[in-house]
Amino acid sequence: MKYIILIVLLLSTFFLFYEGLKNDPRIIPSNLISKEIPRFRLNSFDNKSFEDNDLRTKDLKLVNFFASWCPPCKLEHSNLIELSENLKIYGIAKKDTIKNINTWFSNMGNPYTKIGFDHDGMVSINWGVYGLPETFIINADQKIIYRHVGAITKKDMKKIKLFLDKN
Amino acid sequence: MRLLSLILIFLSTNLMSVEPDEILDNPNLEIRAKQIGQQLRCLVCQNEDIQNSNADIAKDLRILVRKLLLENMSDKEIIKFIHSRYGDFVLFSPPLRIDTMGLWLLPVGFFLLMVFFFFRRQK
Repeated sequence: MKYIILIVLLLSTFFLFYEGLKNDPRIIPSNLISKEIPRFRLNSFDNKSFEDNDLRTKDLKLVNFFASWCPPCKLEHSNLIELSENLKIYGIAKKDTIKNINTWFSNMGNPYTKIGFDHDGMVSINWGVYGLPETFIINADQKIIYRHVGAITKKDMKKIKLFLDKN
Repeated sequence: MRLLSLILIFLSTNLMSVEPDEILDNPNLEIRAKQIGQQLRCLVCQNEDIQNSNADIAKDLRILVRKLLLENMSDKEIIKFIHSRYGDFVLFSPPLRIDTMGLWLLPVGFFLLMVFFFFRRQK
């Protein structure tokens, strides 16, 4: 009987660790899911301001953290343009310049309704961002309901569209 | 003052990845910043604290820790704030909660189990 207990314990530990191997250690779950959007105020692309109040609208919207120096951000750009046909996408450019973004957009188009410049990366930290790009879905109650880490690929588009349809 | 800070910090610690422009003038605050930094895990490198990491996010977090220290926040408040943004992953020592109980109790449980089997076989 005691050996059975030991075997069950060892097997369940093995199973637990085996399941753990399937987790991607590069993806850290967001601590802000179901929480209200953090407060912020940034200089915007049009030399005005971009703040959390701009996101307090009664519709679903995306907030995308990106930079022109980030290669995966360029990979997802065409997908963001596709998504921007149906909902507003707000951008927060980390440690970037208007000049570099202008060059990028002149080649690939601009999917963003508004862009803010996070020059020191502190707004990114306040949103729990640890790499670029990262995308958040904000609901009508100004709560973060979804976070995507990394470039949005064609495969991710299906998942995101499904999620958007459900909400 | 800045030179004194640098000498004191160099003598009391190794400088790790902290860049000269990050170091605070107040040596006591700098030592606290280092102690806080050693408790926070770099989010993009495996098992490195932010004090030792060259990653961009680690540098930003080091700057934030120093900024909050200058705003007179306590060490606990600073760690709590960063924990609220990045969750348990950012802490080297996860808090004891019902969902993290296994992390703390499993090793003790296994140790007791092994002790039990070891001494049982000695008889």
